[in-house]
Amino acid sequence: MASQQQLSAVKGAKVLMVGAGGIGCELLKTLALSGFQDIHIIDMDTIEVSNLNRQFLFRRSHVGLSKAKVARDAVLRFRPNINITPYHANVKDPDFNVDFFKKFNVVLNGLDNLDARRHVNRLCLAADVPLVESGTTGFLGQVTVHLKGKTECYECQPKPAPKTYPVCTITSTPSKFVHCIVWAKDLLFAKLFGDTTQDNDLNVRSSDAAGSSENSKDVFERRKDEDIEDYGRRIFDHVFGYNIEMALSNEDTWKNRNRPRPIYSKDALPEKSIKQNGSVEKNGSTDDPSSVSAMASLGMRSPQDVWSLMENSKVFLEALKLFFTTREKEIGSLSFDKDDQLAVEFVTAAANIRASSFGIPLHSLFEAKGIAGNIVHAVATTNAVIAGLIVIEAIKVLQNDTKNYRMTYCLEYPTKNMLLMPVEPFEPNKSCYVCSETPLSLEINTYQSKLRDFVEKIVKAKLGMHSPIIMHGSALLYEVGDDLEEDMVANYAANLEKVLSELPSPVTGGTMLTVEDMQQELVCNVNIKHREEFDEEKEPDGMVLVGWSQPSSTEKKEENHRVSDVGTSNSSRPIAELNEDAEISTMEETDVVPTKKRKLSTASKNATSPSSSKVPADTDNHGKVEEIDDDDDDDDVVVMLDGNPDNTKTRRVVTSKNLCV
Amino acid sequence: MEGEELTEQETALYDRQIRVWGADAQRRLTRAAILVYGINGAVAEFCKNIVLAGVGSLTLVDDRGVTEEALSANFLIPPDETLYEGKSLAELCSDSLKDFNPMVRVSAERAGDISGFSGDFYSKFDVVVVSCCTLTTKKLINDKCRRLSKRVAFYSADCRYSSGEIFVDLHSYKYTKNKLDEAIECELQYPSFEQEATAVSWSKLPRKMSKLYFAMRVIEKFEEKEGRSPGGVSITDLPAVLKLKNELCEAQSLKESQIPDALLERLVSSQIEFPPVCAILGGVLGQEVIKAISGKGDPLKNFFLFDAFDGKGVIEDISSRDA
Ligand SMILES: [Zn+2]
Repeated sequence: MASQQQLSAVKGAKVLMVGAGGIGCELLKTLALSGFQDIHIIDMDTIEVSNLNRQFLFRRSHVGLSKAKVARDAVLRFRPNINITPYHANVKDPDFNVDFFKKFNVVLNGLDNLDARRHVNRLCLAADVPLVESGTTGFLGQVTVHLKGKTECYECQPKPAPKTYPVCTITSTPSKFVHCIVWAKDLLFAKLFGDTTQDNDLNVRSSDAAGSSENSKDVFERRKDEDIEDYGRRIFDHVFGYNIEMALSNEDTWKNRNRPRPIYSKDALPEKSIKQNGSVEKNGSTDDPSSVSAMASLGMRSPQDVWSLMENSKVFLEALKLFFTTREKEIGSLSFDKDDQLAVEFVTAAANIRASSFGIPLHSLFEAKGIAGNIVHAVATTNAVIAGLIVIEAIKVLQNDTKNYRMTYCLEYPTKNMLLMPVEPFEPNKSCYVCSETPLSLEINTYQSKLRDFVEKIVKAKLGMHSPIIMHGSALLYEVGDDLEEDMVANYAANLEKVLSELPSPVTGGTMLTVEDMQQELVCNVNIKHREEFDEEKEPDGMVLVGWSQPSSTEKKEENHRVSDVGTSNSSRPIAELNEDAEISTMEETDVVPTKKRKLSTASKNATSPSSSKVPADTDNHGKVEEIDDDDDDDDVVVMLDGNPDNTKTRRVVTSKNLCV
Repeated sequence: MEGEELTEQETALYDRQIRVWGADAQRRLTRAAILVYGINGAVAEFCKNIVLAGVGSLTLVDDRGVTEEALSANFLIPPDETLYEGKSLAELCSDSLKDFNPMVRVSAERAGDISGFSGDFYSKFDVVVVSCCTLTTKKLINDKCRRLSKRVAFYSADCRYSSGEIFVDLHSYKYTKNKLDEAIECELQYPSFEQEATAVSWSKLPRKMSKLYFAMRVIEKFEEKEGRSPGGVSITDLPAVLKLKNELCEAQSLKESQIPDALLERLVSSQIEFPPVCAILGGVLGQEVIKAISGKGDPLKNFFLFDAFDGKGVIEDISSRDA
C-alpha cells in the first residue's frame, strides 16, 4: 500500500454511495476520514427513532428528515472542506441513469434490499463502473467487489427466494407462530380495518361449510347501532370459536394433525371484565392517533412480556374498540404498519389467541412485532467493520489493484482463526443473464398463459426489470413509458390480456422473446418452450425459467454447511448469501411507482390459471401468502397479503393457488 | 434477571440491537461503566459504538492536546481550533460523544500521573480500555485491574498505520453459550499482557502464528527501549527496528523470515492511523466489550490482529501454549 499513490487516488476519486443508513453512515464517515473529497450519496429514506442506535450521524431532532442530507451535514462538521452531494431520492429514479453512473470512479452500496441492489448492479455493468457491494445482518456481514468482465456480478449467483406459505397453512393448519402472525395481519387485520372490497381468505373454512346461514360478508361488518363491546365479542367468537369449529368439521384435515381448540370470549375472559377500563376517555384526549394504545389503557407495560390467553383476549377487544372509537376514519383504508402501536397490539393479541387454539407457543409483543414487521437485526459494530472493509476495497479499485480484490466475510464465530475472512473474488458466471448475453429458457403453456403473466411473474418478479420493453422479432408487444401514444397504450393493455399464442405476433414453442429495460440497459433473450402441465405445489407460477434459479432448500443447506470449510480453496463459497432477511424486495419508499405496481398486481390476480383447487371461488386468487420483505434501507420489513391498494409502503404478494387438504 | 426493566424510550431506541442480543443483555449494558485511557482513532470508533449501544457510563482519560495525528483518524474532534483552548483530547471527545446518545453518561477526567490512579479507581469500572500508552503503562493498568477482587475486563487497542491489534484480558471469565438450544456453561482463563507479551517463548508458538503479532511486539519493544512516546516510531527508525528484530529473533530462536522486513517497514511508514483499520478495530473491540458485559457469545481470546494488506482479521490464543 504505497501511501502517496494511494492518497492521490483517493483525493482524485469521485465516489457514489447508495444508501445512508446503517452501513451508509459508517461508510460516509470512514470515506471522509480516509481523504475522499468528492462523495455523492443517494438515499430516499427519512430518519426514524429505531435508526438512532447505530446510524450515528443522526439525532433525535433529525427524525423525519432526509438521511442523505443530514448525513452530509454531520460529516461536514468534522471534515468541512470536502464535497458531499446528497440526493434525497430513489436510486431507481430515471435521473440516475447510465450517464450519471459513468461520472463515478467507483460505486459503493450500503443498501439492504435486493431490488435496489440488482438495479445498481445493472447500472454499474452498463456504465462499466466498479461496484463494491455490502450487507449486514446482526453480527454477520460481507463485502464484495464487482468489476465487469473481471469478477462475478451481484446477480451471477441466484439470490434466495422470499419465504412463502401455502394459503391453507395460514387459513386452516398453522403450525408455527409466524403462520398465526400472517393470519392476524394479512387476513384478520386487513378484513376488519383494511379495504373490504379486497378478496380475503379469512372465511375460507366457514363459508365452505355446508349449511352456513351466515353470509360471510356481513359477519365482519359492525351492525347498525351495535354496541362496540358486543361487536368485538362477536368478531372474537366468530374467528376464534366458530371458524375453528367449522374447520374441525372437516375430519380429513385433522387425521395427522392436532385438533385445534375453539376459543370463545366467555371462556377466555372472566365474566364481567367485558367492560374494560375507561380507555376511551384516556385516549380520547390525544390528537395523535399513533399514541393510542390498548396496552396503555389496560395498564400493561412491558412489550417483552408474554401475555396469557386472558390478557391477549383483553388486548384484542380493547385494540378493536380503540380502532373504532378513536380511529374510525381510518377504518377501511388501514394497512398493517409495524410502527403503528395499536395495529401491532391487535395483531400480537390475535396471533396469540390463534396460537393458543392450535397449541403453538405464545410470543411477546416485541417478538410478534419483529415477525410481523419482518424486522432485520442490526448492530452498529458490524456496520462499522463492514464500512472499513468497503473503503479498503474501494481504494484497491481506485488503484486498479485488480489482483488484490477480495470479498470479505465478517463472521460471528471464527473460522480457521479468522473473524474477518478474505476470499478471492469469483469469475463471472458465464450463464448469468445479467452480465453475460446467455439467453434464458422459459417453459410455459403458450395456450394458457397470458402476456400479463409473463410480465408479472418473469420480467418483473424474476428478472427485476422496472420499465420493460418486450419484443418478438421486430414486433413490439409491450412497453412502459410516460410518452406513449394513447393507441399504443390501449394496444399494450389489450396484449397483456392475450395468451401468448394469440398475440398479434404469436409466441409459441421455439420462438424467442427479447426483453429490455432501457434504464438498466439490460437486454435478455428468452427462448420459449411450450409445456402443457405444471405442478401447482412446486411450480406455482405455472411457468419455469431455466437458467435463472433460486436455491432450493437443500442447496441452501449445503451452502450453509460450506461455511465450516471455507478458506481451503478459492473455489468454495463461504457463505451462501448473508442478509437473506435484509435483502429481499422493495423498500418502503424505494417504490416510486407503487400505483403502477399495484394496478398490475391487482389485475394479475384475475389471470391465474384454472385449477382443481377446493378453495371456494371468492378466494381462489390467493394461492400463496408470500412473505415479501419491505425494507427501509436497512431494516424494517413488512409481510403483506395481496390487496392493500391504499398501502403505498408495501408490495404485495400473491402468486397462484394451491391445494388445501 | 434482576434489575430495572428497560424504559419505553430505551426499548424504542435499542429495538434493533435487542433483537440481536436480547433484553437481558441490554439491561446489563445500561448498568455497565467503561473507562477509556488514551484515545486513538480506533478507540474513538470504539467509544462511538459503545455509546450507541447504550452503556451506563463512559469515562475518558487522555490529557493530551489535539495533534495532527490525533485529528487524522478521530472524528470526535471538531475541526474548529478555537475550541481546543485549554481542553484535553478526552474533554473534546467527551463533548462530541454526549451528543450521540443522551442516555449514556459520558465524562472526561484528568489523569495527571497515571500511577496516581489507585486500584479503587479502577474498581469503579466493569471495563477498562487503553490505547496510546507505553508498554509500561499498559502492563501497569492491566496489573491493577487483575488485582481487584471484582473482575474488570481489560482491553488494549493499537493501530499502526494499516494494521492493528486488540488484546483482551478477562481474567477468569464465565459465560453461557447456546448450542442447539442448549445452554452450556463455559469458563475461560486469560493471561495478563505481561505474561504473554514478554514471557511466552516465541519459538514455542506455532509456525502459522500471525506475523503481525511478532512485528507488533518488536515495535513495542523498540519504543520502550528508545523511550519513545506511543506511536512515536517513524520510517527513519527502520534500520534500528530491523536490527532489534534480528536480535529478538536470535534470542527467541525464531526464524527472521517470520517477521518480514517489509511488514515492519509498513508498520513504521506512517504515524497516522489508517481510518478503515480504526473502524474495523473499533467495531471488533466494541463487539467484544458488549459480549463481555452481557455474558453472551464467545469472547475473543486473547489477541485480534488485522492487516489491511491481506485483509485477514485473525484471532490468536497465545495463552494456550503457555505453561
Ligand atoms: Zn453476472
